[in-house]
Amino acid sequence: MEAAKPKSGGARLCSFCNLRKPALKRPKTLHQICRECFYDVFEDEIHNCIVENQLFKRGERVAIGASGGKDSTVLAYVLSELNRRHNYGLDLFLLSIDEGITGYRDDSLETVKRNELQYGLPLKVVSYKDLYGWTMDEIVKMIGLKNNCTFCGVFRRQALDRGAAMLKVDKLVTGHNADDIAETVLLNILRGDIARLSRCTSITTGEDGPIPRCKPFKYTYEKEIVMYAYFKRLDYFSTECIYSPNAYRGFAREFIKDLERIRPRAILDIIKSGENFRIATSTKMPEQGTCERCGYISSQKWCKACVLLDGLNRGLPKLGIGRSRGHDNDESIKDVKHMTGSKEVQGKPCGTLDF
Amino acid sequence: MQLTLEFGGGLELLCDSKKVHHVNVDLSDGEEKLTMKGLLSWAKTNLIKERPEMFMKGDTVRPGVLVLVNDCDWELSGHLDTTLEDKDVVVFISTLHGG
Repeated sequence: MEAAKPKSGGARLCSFCNLRKPALKRPKTLHQICRECFYDVFEDEIHNCIVENQLFKRGERVAIGASGGKDSTVLAYVLSELNRRHNYGLDLFLLSIDEGITGYRDDSLETVKRNELQYGLPLKVVSYKDLYGWTMDEIVKMIGLKNNCTFCGVFRRQALDRGAAMLKVDKLVTGHNADDIAETVLLNILRGDIARLSRCTSITTGEDGPIPRCKPFKYTYEKEIVMYAYFKRLDYFSTECIYSPNAYRGFAREFIKDLERIRPRAILDIIKSGENFRIATSTKMPEQGTCERCGYISSQKWCKACVLLDGLNRGLPKLGIGRSRGHDNDESIKDVKHMTGSKEVQGKPCGTLDF
Repeated sequence: MQLTLEFGGGLELLCDSKKVHHVNVDLSDGEEKLTMKGLLSWAKTNLIKERPEMFMKGDTVRPGVLVLVNDCDWELSGHLDTTLEDKDVVVFISTLHGG
């Protein structure tokens, strides 16, 4: 629908063009901005972020991790737009993971299939069933609703890499936004996860691995992504995963949103703090190797996905669940330690975030 | 007063999965105008069927829920004090669902 009339407080003009009625307040700068100028600034900032950080090289094949949700939908739209406008010379693909969650992922995959047509980007779907022999529905049936997000997160991370390898792409981009990254910085502090804390703010990761990943929305506020999608009427899917009870991450998210309401810059400042942490040289960091079983990158003998999968296939789904740092009294953890020969890697929980 | 309320980004799940609601909101006795504050409490009572905590926190929307009045960010029109008029369109979008 079209705007009927301006409200009293909105009578001032856009701080950029000074011509039109502002449509939103930018959280990053507190500027009042009209719709047209907002599109320009939003897209330009992402373009500048791509250029300044040299995220891509001409001629590269790039897969966009596409869940059908707001972030990846806006990323696919903006990236294909910028690729045309600034002549990046990229071959773009959509890569979706089908976790096998009836009533959730099958619906969101329909959105991605529409995006395939709307943006003219070829789509590849890889499923947990094909890669691991299990759907999330089957996993939940076996393990219940307690640690399902660990399975899903670990499997998704690897599935994206495998899908990217099938597409023979040079890079994988994900729709992680500034709010997600601020939240992850906090979570890694809360968990004492120094290895992840030191890399979670990097705009590109995995450059030593086969397929580097990058986050063009690292400095883009969630509010602006949603506003952009709303004003542009982009087609995205927004239902909560039916299995997602991730309370811990939920608290961190709510805390970030509360902070944002009082001082929107807090989100960028948390990212900045994360970027500037220096990890003490005396801190032991996990050594990166490869999984003896599947060849995937791993700091253990077996990668986390193989440990979890082995547990599922042996009917011992608690293998690999939980954490060993600081407390060694859990027998399932002992089992894992025995098998992997060293301490356990902690699962990265839930869903939408490691996408 | 006739208003159109739209729920998106997952909030529609709290009101029978219906996104667009054409509603008639009457002023309470003694009130001269309807503000967003009044509308929110009306919507909470009359439209939200489940998990109201996903929509409201205290007397305002939950942080992470965007509000637009006639396609304009309510942060520009005075948040809860925004005055509504007949035929206004109010949109609520959650940013908290999926990515």
